[in-house]
Formats: sequence, structure tokens, C-alpha cells
Amino acid sequence: MSETHSQTVTFVRDSMLPPVMPPAGERGAVKWLRENLFSTPLNIGLTVLGVVVIWWLVTSSLPWWLHSVWHASSLGECRQIVAAEAGEGATGACWAMIRERWHQFIFGHQYPPSDWWRPILAFGLLFAALSPVLFAGQKRNLALVLGGMAVFLLLTLYLAATPTSAFILSMALVAGLLALSQVQPGKLLWFTLIYPALCFWLLWGGTVWLPITAMAGFGVFYLVFRFASPSLGVPVAAGVGIVAAVLWWLYIASPVAGALQGALPFSILQVTSDKFGGFLLAIVIGVSGIAFSLPIGILLALGRQSDMLIVKTLSVGFIEFVRGVPLITLLFTASLLLQYFLPPGTNFDIILRVIILVTFFAAAYLAEVIRGGLAALPRGQYEAADALGLDYWQAQRLIILPQALKVSIPAIVSTFIGLFKDTTLVSFVGLYDPLRGITTIVRADIAWKGIYWEPYIFVGAIFFVICFGMSRYSMYLERKLKTDHR
Amino acid sequence: MAEAAQMQVSDEVAIQITNMNKWYGQFHVLRDINMTVQRGERIVICGPSGSGKSTLIRCINRLEEHQQGQIVVDGTELTNDLKNIDKVRSEVGMVFQHFNLFPHLTILENLTLAPIWVRKVPKREAEETAMYFLQKVKIPEQAHKYPGQLSGGQQQRVAIARSLCMKPRIMLFDEPTSALDPEMIKEVLDTMIQLAQEGMTMICVTHEMGFAQAVANRVIFMDQGQIVEQNEPKEFFNNPKSDRTKLFLSQILGH
Repeated sequence: MSETHSQTVTFVRDSMLPPVMPPAGERGAVKWLRENLFSTPLNIGLTVLGVVVIWWLVTSSLPWWLHSVWHASSLGECRQIVAAEAGEGATGACWAMIRERWHQFIFGHQYPPSDWWRPILAFGLLFAALSPVLFAGQKRNLALVLGGMAVFLLLTLYLAATPTSAFILSMALVAGLLALSQVQPGKLLWFTLIYPALCFWLLWGGTVWLPITAMAGFGVFYLVFRFASPSLGVPVAAGVGIVAAVLWWLYIASPVAGALQGALPFSILQVTSDKFGGFLLAIVIGVSGIAFSLPIGILLALGRQSDMLIVKTLSVGFIEFVRGVPLITLLFTASLLLQYFLPPGTNFDIILRVIILVTFFAAAYLAEVIRGGLAALPRGQYEAADALGLDYWQAQRLIILPQALKVSIPAIVSTFIGLFKDTTLVSFVGLYDPLRGITTIVRADIAWKGIYWEPYIFVGAIFFVICFGMSRYSMYLERKLKTDHR
Repeated sequence: MAEAAQMQVSDEVAIQITNMNKWYGQFHVLRDINMTVQRGERIVICGPSGSGKSTLIRCINRLEEHQQGQIVVDGTELTNDLKNIDKVRSEVGMVFQHFNLFPHLTILENLTLAPIWVRKVPKREAEETAMYFLQKVKIPEQAHKYPGQLSGGQQQRVAIARSLCMKPRIMLFDEPTSALDPEMIKEVLDTMIQLAQEGMTMICVTHEMGFAQAVANRVIFMDQGQIVEQNEPKEFFNNPKSDRTKLFLSQILGH
């Protein structure tokens, strides 16, 4: 056409052109291959190299996977079976070990098998407690999560030979939660609030009155705060409330629990902290650490930006100290040194101590992550909130934090994932984490001595599923909260 | 617009600033400011950049702190007392150059947030008020969108409506049209003129001299942190007294 135009200025088309396919090299898989794999000589070289590496990896590991043995009673038997099936010198995975010892990786090797239903139930209900926080008010997602939990609990509780009464009560609770999520999804948050006490009771057992009186401490705080705040002002009333709650926990809670247990005895088998292990331990520490570190991290981040000198200095000092020290140092502090600082006679539970220090560790990192989010907000947002007459906490809660946290979601979730994986470090203070603690125990058995890849692959796969789940959730949340339309 | 200039101004004092001084570190940014604003008055403040005009109106709702002198807004003196500051802020609306809407909330939520949390108005009532003011700035159909989906002019009108939802007695405008495309300036100015005609006490930092001539009772010219000249708009533009004012006016009106 340009040719036509160059010869004459007037031009009239007398027949319209039909659309035709692009040339063969410009469409479909050929185009994709050409653009993505073979665009330049360097790219061609890299493609060939990549294929070679993949080929080498697959050919060297595939037989090992293909010759997996699921039924054997020792590593030696595994090797015999592989040799018999695939010939001398062949390699094969020995998953029979997992088949025999999976429960040690999940519950630890000392948790009484008759009570496995308790951690299972606590784990299932964890999702019911998380769902109103993760999927606020979205009935469809709530139904999916709670329905999945119901099926999971029905199967696993049945397989774990749960006592009939406990099984019926659990199912009634699950059905009630499922119904509540569809009728009044907001009310599920009440279950989230009582879940910590319920979870504690299910996992550690003992009298039911201990967690109840412990939760009552928060009630004490609320009542004191409620009645003191009109006359004393919010900060002082909060301080008085905290003191009252601590006094309650230290001096009143356990005698009251004892008295109530005497009057209305109701208890289940007590399981002490040293009997915890495997993923039970990792998830208890990980979930508690995540749940407590976020609010502490937010407060530290706000404290670091505060105008009040003492608050600021304390926050900066805490953050810099904790970030500057390896987690293992803190864990040793938890297991050994803390005992020296506490009044003699107090026996602070080892898991509780580890949770506290893991929480502090993660909170210091989160504080810096959130500070980054706060710094990303334009000054105008603070000014607009101020100009409208919002007070400091209203402005933070309604305007600043929702935006700052949204910006920091990827980094916050990274910190959470890091925290969860770091729970394996508790093996250094004598707890049986799934990776090193339990694997060592399994290999100490003469039957499985020398097994190497299988336990790590098994534990790694479970860690991957959990961490990948967190990562996907964070991406979902980012999409859901995206309102800036940039 | 003659009727706008005739609107009555009451004798009641809305803002009283006496011998006010402010420093940024060593820099003396506001020097001995004395100024009285009657209820219903509409004041335009102009001046070259860096003359302290924005800082002055930001002192009125304590976004900036003054170090010397006295600022009394609606009978409440601005001191370090947080209660007084919150009281003044809930009576004084402010519109910013860059709108400063809350991007994570819908337009309606932007408008109802402060009434619900500061004034403790029930949600239903706050939403009705919000819709009333959105009608007034002529964008009720945008109520459920997010700020990022609106044009600059629409965002600035939402920002004005957001301030009005608090039922303020005084409105401060900090260069409300400086960040807007020329075609959008008019829709924002129209909203402001409408507000002026309803008798709102307004202090407006702006270079829109047409707006000043149309609605202002007084034009204040500032330079180097001082009030250099103030007068009625007609006199101010036609017969400026100080050389500095003459230079400024010739520069902004000269082309």
C-alpha cells in the first residue's frame, strides 16, 4: 500500500483482504520455543545445558524413587527387597521406616498413643480458630475451611481410636462451629478467643480449671480497665489492669483452680512438656510464636517511631539487641540462664520459655519489617487523620496500620515462614524437633541405623506444604486487599 | 459573584492569632503574625513559595506547632493540651493539595470514618450525611469506588465532602487546586464557591486570583514569613500598596 501511495496520491481499494494466519514460525508452540528457549546463541547454549542437568538429575534419582519399598521391618530388609527386585547394586527408597515411625515425627516418641486424638483435635480446631481471622465474614471460604476440617477430624479421630464420648463431643463442636460460620460468621471470633485455653488443655491435659482460671485473668484485666479508665485515663488504667491480671495469675489463679478441681473434678491425662515432639512441638511453637509476635512487633515498630524518649529507647534497644544475637543463643538462654534470673522454686515450663524467646526473636524482625511499611506511607495520611480529629490510636488502627501492614504482607509472611522453620533449632536445647531430634531417635534404632535421605525428605515435604500454604495465603490476601488501582 | 462579597460577616471572632512566631530549627518561618478572622469571613492567602502561608494555616489546626504567641480557635486556645487540639481539629476542616484520601477505604468509608469514630455518630446516620455531601459535590455515584479510581478533581471534591461530614465551623484549604489539571480546577473551585455562598468561614491558600476576586472578603499577601499586605480584593488587585505586592501581582498576572 505504501508503494501505491508513493506512486499516486489517490487510492481506492476495490477488494477487501481476508484475514490470514500468521506465518508458521510466528504462532503457537514454535513461536514460544523460539522466543523463550532459542532466541540467541547464549540462550540456546543455556537451554541445552539446562536439559542436560535435568536429564542427569532425573536419571540418577528416578530409580531410587521407582524402587521405593513400603513394607519392611528394617533397613537391611529394605535393601534385600530392592536387590531382589532390581538387581544387585540398585538403589531404592525405604519408606517402610516412615510407615513404621510416622507417629514419632508427628507427635513425638513419648506422647501417649491413647491420647493422640487430643493433638489431632487441637490441630483441626486450629483451623476453626484461624478461619474468622483469615477469611473474615466470607461464608464460602469459611465453609470450605471448616468443612475440610470436619472431614479431616472425622477420619483421623476415628483412626486414632478416640474414646467414644470425646469423639461425639468433638463432632458436636465441629457441627456447631460449621453451623455458626454460616449463620453468624462474626461470632466465630469468640471461638478464636477461647481456643488458646482449649488448645492448652487438650495438649497438656490435667484439670480443666487451670486454663479456665488462666483465661479469667484476661477478664480481670478487662474489668479493672473498664472501671478504672474513666477516672484514671486509658494508659494508667491499662497499666493497673495488667498488674491486676499478673497478680491474679501469680497468686490467685492456681489456688482457685485447685479449689474448683476439688469441688467439681474434671480432668484428662496430664502430658508434660518433655513428652512433646515432632511436628506437634514445631506447630505449637510456630503457631504461638506467629500469633504473639505480630502484635508485639507492631507495638515495637510504633514504639520505635514514638516521640516519647523512653518508649523509643526501649524499643530500639530491644530490637537491636534481639536482632544482633543468634536465635540459638536466645534458646540456650531460655533453657539455662532464665532459670537463674527467676525466683528460686519457680519452674517455668521449657516449651513456654522457648515460645517466649522465639516470639521475641520474630517480633524484633517483624518490627523492622513493619517500620518499613510505616515509612512507605505518605506523610499526608498522618496529617489527614490528624486533621479529622482522630486520636493517635484511632489513626494508627484505622488509617496507618491497615495500609502499612498491607504493604508489608510479603515480608511479614517471610518472617513467619522463617520463624516456623527455625522451630527445628529447639533440638539444641534438648527438645525433639521433627528434623534432628526425631530423626536421631529413629536412627538410634538398630533396625533403621544408616537411613539417611528418607526422614529428611519426609520432614522437608511436610515443612514445604505448610510454608507453601502460608505463602499462597499471603498472595491471596494481597490480591484481596488491593484497592489502590495503580 | 457580587452577592458573594456582600454576604454578612458576623462580629463573632472565629480565629484570633496574636504575636505568633514559629521557627523550623534556626529558621524563622513565621514572624509576628497578628490576624483576626470573623465568623463567615472568607480569606485568601497568597504569596511566593516559601513565604510561610501553608505553615500559617497548618498552625491553625496544629498540624504545625507554634513556639510563641497565641492562637485561639473558636474560643479554644491551642496549647500542648491534646484535648484542646482534638477539639479544635474536630471543628476545623482541612483540604490538602494532594487530597490525602485514604486509599484503602471506599469513598463512603472515607467520609463516614471520622464522624463514626470521633463524633460517635451511628453508622446509618453517618452514611446519610455522607451521601448528602456527596450529592452536594455532585459525585454520589462514586460512593462505593476507591479513591484510586477517581480523577484528581473528583478526589479533591471527595476530600472537601469528607471535611464537611464533620460539620466543621471553619474550613482551611491548602492550595486545593495546585495539583490538578486545568480542566479539573473549575469543578473544585465551583464547589468552594458554593461553600462560600453558604456562609462557611474559610481560609484558603491559593493562587487562583479569580476565586479571590469572586468570593474573598480579604486577601492577605505574605512574604518571608510576614503578612505584607491585606486588603479587600478589589483594592488589593487594583491598587496594591507595597512594592513587594506589586511585583508579585505583576509576575502572576503578567502573562
